[in-house]
Amino acid sequence: MTLDELRENFAFLDDWMDKYRMIIELGQDLEPLPEEEKVRENKVLGCQSQVWLVCRPSTEREGALHFVADSDAHIVRGLVAIVLMIFDHKTPEEIQAIDARPIFAELGLDQHLSQGRSNGLLAMVKRIQSLASLAA
Amino acid sequence: MSFDVAALRAQFPALEQRVNGRPLVYLDSAATALKPRRVIEAVESVYAADCANIHRAVHALSQRATARYEGARDVAVRFLNAKSRAEVVYTRGTTEGINLVAQTWGLEHLREGDEILLTELEHHSNIVPWQLVAARTGAKIVVVPITDVGEVSLEDVEARLSSRTKIVSVAHASNALGTVLPVKEIAERAHAVGAIVVVDGAQGAPHLPVDVQALGCDFYAFSGHKIYGPSGIGILWGKEALLDAMPPYQGGGDMIDHVSFSGSTWNELPYKFEAGTPPIASAIGLGEALQFFMELDHEALFAHEQDVLAYAMERLASIPGVTLVGTAKQKVAVQSFLVEGAHPSDVGTILDGFGVAVRTGHHCAQPVMERFCIPATARASFGLYNTREDVDALIEGLEQVQRLFGNA
Repeated sequence: MTLDELRENFAFLDDWMDKYRMIIELGQDLEPLPEEEKVRENKVLGCQSQVWLVCRPSTEREGALHFVADSDAHIVRGLVAIVLMIFDHKTPEEIQAIDARPIFAELGLDQHLSQGRSNGLLAMVKRIQSLASLAA
Repeated sequence: MSFDVAALRAQFPALEQRVNGRPLVYLDSAATALKPRRVIEAVESVYAADCANIHRAVHALSQRATARYEGARDVAVRFLNAKSRAEVVYTRGTTEGINLVAQTWGLEHLREGDEILLTELEHHSNIVPWQLVAARTGAKIVVVPITDVGEVSLEDVEARLSSRTKIVSVAHASNALGTVLPVKEIAERAHAVGAIVVVDGAQGAPHLPVDVQALGCDFYAFSGHKIYGPSGIGILWGKEALLDAMPPYQGGGDMIDHVSFSGSTWNELPYKFEAGTPPIASAIGLGEALQFFMELDHEALFAHEQDVLAYAMERLASIPGVTLVGTAKQKVAVQSFLVEGAHPSDVGTILDGFGVAVRTGHHCAQPVMERFCIPATARASFGLYNTREDVDALIEGLEQVQRLFGNA
């Protein structure tokens, strides 16, 4: 699913439980992160839940980055999928120019990207952007 | 004696709100308790009328602020059944109280090979301060294991006590599991080998009788915000002879007797440990909270909280796929649990959607999580304002969680 498709789908959902249902499904379709990569170096943050993130060169688009990520919580895994919709297969320059917060706000999910929401998402976005700056 | 929950609830303005369109069901008092209106008003009136620094000036505002600040200490003396005001030190909270003891008494007395005895259920605040002082002194940390239900047995404590034990530091009650520890019995055994006893009272003070003389400990630390008071203020109680012999913790204003560049001398107790301008309004708010708390019928309050806890345990245990973590015989009103097929973070997020506030995570007690081989739990904790209806709301929320995650 693309970000635009997600926006369209969300527009039809009035019930917040249905939104979460869709978010959980997005997480289920996430490209799996091999177990051996779920190690401390790839861990973003973990108090409420854990998030792992690795970065590889994109095979779909030259000069772009490909991210694979996972979480041990279903809702966070779905939110991780949305973060990847925003950043995956983009060039380091594109990645650094993106502000994910308005996108999350538009989807009504901004509270998940706020400071102190220790689900690892904000830290994940920061990690993606710092990995991009290293690759730039 | 009666316990009128409805009348008490009416005193807590935070309970009047709706969260995500539903009446708030607050089940996170072990993290921080809500505040009664009289505490909020006490804090407000400090800033509105008695806004001055304490112990400093002869003007009226400072006199009033000082009287209220020291009056709050008198309330804490009664709350703890302390012997004197000299034994009652204001801190920022339980964490600072334990760090204070570790960095003063600990640093001064611990030698290489000495032992600090902790239990497996301790909060990080009662582990890390000791690790820091152990690293500096060469002392060793010895851990008393917990049982499968989350209890600490006296035999296990005894087996680890020796002449090398210098400090025994234990929770009055566990924040993650609720377990009440036999502090009095532990203190007797620790004293028999010559160790001092520090009690982390963060979860004990709001739920259990705190009579430091009856408990027989040497230090007792607790936080204001968990006992219906403001955050950023707490109390460290210590035996006067120990406090008197300890070096200061932090240097600064108010803790000194005389300062010169050739050396300084310290103020008398408890001021020796209160450097700098304290959180004056918060201390006064804590006094009000303790006064409010002491005016309650404690037998009825305890019975009420235990009734809500027992009801929560029974209802949670009756849901297939829900596992209780922490089922000790004697508990404060805290219940950790797991929902099969959903991460605690998922559980907390969905419950929040229904206006039910629970804590999820490792509860700053990672060794407890390791003990039970789990990454985290969801935790419902109850205060004096919670009811069986709150438990019903939790259970209804959990049914929705199970429906969403495909277990119902």
